[in-house]
Amino acid sequence: MAQHTFRLNGQSVTVDVADDVRLLWVLRDVLGVTGPKYGCGINVCKACTSHINGKAFNPCAVRVADIKATDEITTIEGLADTVPGDLHPMQDAWIARDVAQCGYCQPGQIMAAVALVHEVKAQGRAITDADLDTIRNVCRCGTYNRIRQAIVTGAQSM
Amino acid sequence: MTTTAHDRHDQQGREVQAEQAGQTGLKRRTFVGFVLGGATLAVAADLSVGAAPAQAAIPSPPQIAETYDLGDLQTQSALPTSALITITVDSQGIAHFAIPRAEVGQGITTAAAMIIAEELALPVGMVDVTLAPARPELIFNQLTGGSNTMESMFTPIRVAATIARGALLQAAAIELGANVSDLVTKLGVISAPGGATRTYGQLAAKAASSTTRPVTVTLKPTSAYSVIGQGYGRVDARDIVTGKKTFTTDLQVPGALPTMVCRPPTLNGSPTAIRNLPVVLAMPGVTDVVMIDTGVAVRAATFGQCIDAVRALDVAWQGGPVEGQSDASVLARLKAAELPMTVQRVPILTQTIDMRFEFMFRSSAALEPNCAIADVRATTATVWAGLKSPIVAQKNIADALGMLQTNVTVNVVTGGGSFGHKLFGDAALESAKISKAMGKPVKLMWHRADEPRQGRTHPMATSRIRATVLAGNVLTFEQRHTSIRTDFSHGLGERLTAMVAELPTGLGNLGLAESIFELTQELPYNFGVVTQLLNEVDMGFNTGSMRNIYSPDVACANELFIDQLGKKLGLDPLAVRLAFVKNAKARAVLQKVAQVGNWGRSMPAGTAQGIALHAEYKGATAVLVEIDARPATVNRPIRDGVTGPRVTKAVIAVDAGLVVNPVGLEAQMMGGVNDGIALALTSSNHLQAGAFLEASWDNYFYTRQWNTPLDFECIIMPSNGDAPGGAGEAGVASTVAATACAYARATGTVPTRFPINHGTISFTPKPYIPPVQQSPTDGLSYTF
Repeated sequence: MAQHTFRLNGQSVTVDVADDVRLLWVLRDVLGVTGPKYGCGINVCKACTSHINGKAFNPCAVRVADIKATDEITTIEGLADTVPGDLHPMQDAWIARDVAQCGYCQPGQIMAAVALVHEVKAQGRAITDADLDTIRNVCRCGTYNRIRQAIVTGAQSM
Repeated sequence: MTTTAHDRHDQQGREVQAEQAGQTGLKRRTFVGFVLGGATLAVAADLSVGAAPAQAAIPSPPQIAETYDLGDLQTQSALPTSALITITVDSQGIAHFAIPRAEVGQGITTAAAMIIAEELALPVGMVDVTLAPARPELIFNQLTGGSNTMESMFTPIRVAATIARGALLQAAAIELGANVSDLVTKLGVISAPGGATRTYGQLAAKAASSTTRPVTVTLKPTSAYSVIGQGYGRVDARDIVTGKKTFTTDLQVPGALPTMVCRPPTLNGSPTAIRNLPVVLAMPGVTDVVMIDTGVAVRAATFGQCIDAVRALDVAWQGGPVEGQSDASVLARLKAAELPMTVQRVPILTQTIDMRFEFMFRSSAALEPNCAIADVRATTATVWAGLKSPIVAQKNIADALGMLQTNVTVNVVTGGGSFGHKLFGDAALESAKISKAMGKPVKLMWHRADEPRQGRTHPMATSRIRATVLAGNVLTFEQRHTSIRTDFSHGLGERLTAMVAELPTGLGNLGLAESIFELTQELPYNFGVVTQLLNEVDMGFNTGSMRNIYSPDVACANELFIDQLGKKLGLDPLAVRLAFVKNAKARAVLQKVAQVGNWGRSMPAGTAQGIALHAEYKGATAVLVEIDARPATVNRPIRDGVTGPRVTKAVIAVDAGLVVNPVGLEAQMMGGVNDGIALALTSSNHLQAGAFLEASWDNYFYTRQWNTPLDFECIIMPSNGDAPGGAGEAGVASTVAATACAYARATGTVPTRFPINHGTISFTPKPYIPPVQQSPTDGLSYTF
C-alpha cells in the first residue's frame, strides 16, 4: 500500500492504495465517487470519461500512481463547479433535449462532449458532424441523435 | 388514504354504469377504489382495474395477435390477483407511488408521475415515483416486459390518483366552508371562491381516513387532459447529468465488497478445482475466493483487485453443453429442424417465391453489466438488483438458499438499460450463492468480457418464406421460423401456463414458445392464406428476448419478401405495401414516412432508400431509411470499430394509441432505430469451438456515433385511442427491415444473413484464459 495525493473536484484527496490500482476503482471503490461508470475496463466504452487538467481521459486505463499531486481530476460530480451558475451549459443542454434514457453512460458522454467542444473551439471553428462522429462513447439505449443535438446547443453557451 | 378499484365488482353487477356498454374496460370511466385507513392520505387501486377479458372468439382470417396479443395476455393475467397499488400524499404535499415495474431507461417513472400529476392536479415535480421491491402477492403482475407497462398501469394509477384528489377536495370543503363543486384544484393547491386556499400538504392528514372504505370515481375524459400528451423531460434528468443517479454498483451496502467471477473458457462450462488457491488468497486486497457452479468468485477491496485475482486464478474446467459447436454446426441443426412447407393446391400459372434468411446470435447486454448486491444471513437474505421480474428472482434465490421466499427481500434498483437482459435474475441469483458461500455481503459485477461470452443472447434463427402469386394477388403466404430455444422462465411462461384454459382458440394445443410466437406475430398484409409457424431447437444456450422476441427477425424476412413481390408485380416498395396493407393505422404510418422522407427521390448509385412496416402491440410503425453503401463510406477508417454502410437518414412514424409522454415515446423510437441498424448491419456474436469470440465493445459492434443517422425524425401519429399501446420495442423491427431493404436496393444484392457484416470478423479475439482483460495503463496518452 502507498499513499497517493491528487486534486479531485477542487479538493485535495489522499488515498492509501496499491500503486497499480486504476484510478476508476480508486474513485468508485475507495472514495465512493460513483459518477464515472464501469462499462468495459479497457478504455473502449468510455463510460468512465472524466477530466484531467481539463482534458478528457478514462480513469479505467490510468494507474493511481501515475496521477501527480498537482493533477486536477474532475468527474461529472465536479463539472458544474468549473463554471459560474447552477449547472454547466452542457448539462443544461442535456436536460433541455431530454437526452438521457437509462442514464448509465451519460456522465461519460457529457464529460467527453465538454472536452470535444473545448478542443474544437481552440481550433477556432464550429463543431461538425465529422467531429461528432469521432465520439467513441457507447450508448446502448441508442440516444445518439439527441446527444448530437445537445452538444451543438451546449457548445453555443460555452 | 388508500383506494382500490375492482373491475370485477363491475362484472358482479355492484357498479353498473352506462359507460360499461363499451366492449373494453378501457372505454369505461367509472371505477371503484379505496381510501385506506391511516394517518395521512393514502389511496389505492387494484392493478386489475381496466383489464377486461378479451373477446372469446378469435375470427379467422385475422391472426390471433391482431385481436388478442401478448399485451392482452399480460393485462388479463392480472385479473385473478388482488393487487393494490397505493398513492400516499405527505405533509409536504408530495404524492408518493411505488410502481411494481422496473425503470431501466424506458421512462415509465416519468410517465407514471405525469399520470398522477394529471389526475391529482399536481406539478409533475411533486410526484415521487419509486420502484417497489418484489411483492409476491402480485403473482403475475410484477413483470416489466412486452412493452406492457403503460397499457397495464394506466387505468389503475388514474383511479387511485382521482380518489386521492376527491378526498383532498372533501377535506378542503370542510376546512374552507365551501362546497366541493365550488373548489378549484391547481398545482397542488385548492382554492375556494373567496380566495382562501389550502395546499395538499396542509390537507393530507385531514383527508386521511380512520377506516378503509370503498369509493366510486369517474375518471375525466381524455379531452380534459392537460399533462398527459404533453412532452415532459425525464424526472431523473438532473440526477443523471450531475452523476447523482445511483445504479446497483453505486449503492453502498455495509461490507458488500467488490466481487467478480472467473468464468470458464467455453459457454456454460463449470469449474472442477482451483489449483492455486493460497496464491490468489494472498494477493493484495483479496478477502475471499470460493468455487460456485458458474465459476470461481473473488471478493476484494476494489474491482481492480478482483480483475487481478480472476486473471491469476488457475482453474480446472469442464466443458459446457455446446462444447465444440460453431455457427455452422448450429445453423445445420436449425436447417434440419425447419418445418416443411405445405404442399399448396394452386392454379396453373401460379408463381412461387421462396426465400430463406439466417439471423445470428446477438448479445442483449446493456451498458451496465449484470450486477447485484447480496447480503445472505443464516435465515434471511437481502438482494439489490435491476430486475424486471423480481418475484421470480426472489423464488429462485429462496430455492437456491433453502429459505422461505418470504425471508428473501428483493429490492428493485433502477437499471442501466435492459433490452430484455434484466428479465432474468442471473446476477441476483449468483450474488446470493456467492454471499452464502463466503458468509459475507458481496457486490457482484460481471466483467464486460463475461457479457457477450457467457450472458444472454438473442437466439440464432432462420426464417423461410414461400408465397404463391397469381394475377397480382398473393394466394398463400407461409413462414417457418426456426430458432434456438428462447428462455421464457422469467415469469411470462408461468403466466401463459396458468391461463391456458382462457386463451383464444387456436392456441390450445401449442407449446409455450409457439403460443408466444402466435401472440406476437401480426402480418400487416392481405396475403391470402397465411400460416406462420415456429419450431425451436434446445442446445443449452443462454437466451432471452432482446427488445422484442421474434419480431425483428420475422419482420426483416417479411419485408425483404414484399420488396421481391413488388419486383414481380412491377410495383415499387411503397406501392406494393400500400396495395396489400391490411388496416388504416398501418397504411397511415406508411404514407406518413413516405411523405416526410420524400420517398422515391433520385439518389446516387450506391445509395438507396428502404421502407418497411411493422404491426404489434395494437399499433404500427413504419420506417424509411436512406443508406450509403459506397466504398468511401463503407471503408471509413475507425480505430477498433466497424463502419460499413451508413444509414444517413431515418424517418419513423409510430401509432402507439394514446401517448402519455411524446418526448419519452420519441426517445424509445430513437433507441429502436439505433438498435435496428445494429441488428441489420453490425452487431452479432460469433460461435467458434463452443465459445463466443466477442469480449467487449470493440468486438461487439453496437451502433456508435459513426454509424448513427445524421438525420433522424420521429412522427407521432395523432392519438385515436383512449388507452396507451406498447411502445418500448415498437421501433426495432421496422428499422431492421427498412435497413435490410435499403441495403438490397443500394447494392443490388438481397442479403440473406444478418447482420450483414457477420461474415467478416473485424477484430482479433481476446484470450479465453484468463477470461478477462487487464485494464490498460496508457490512458493518459489518449486525452483530448
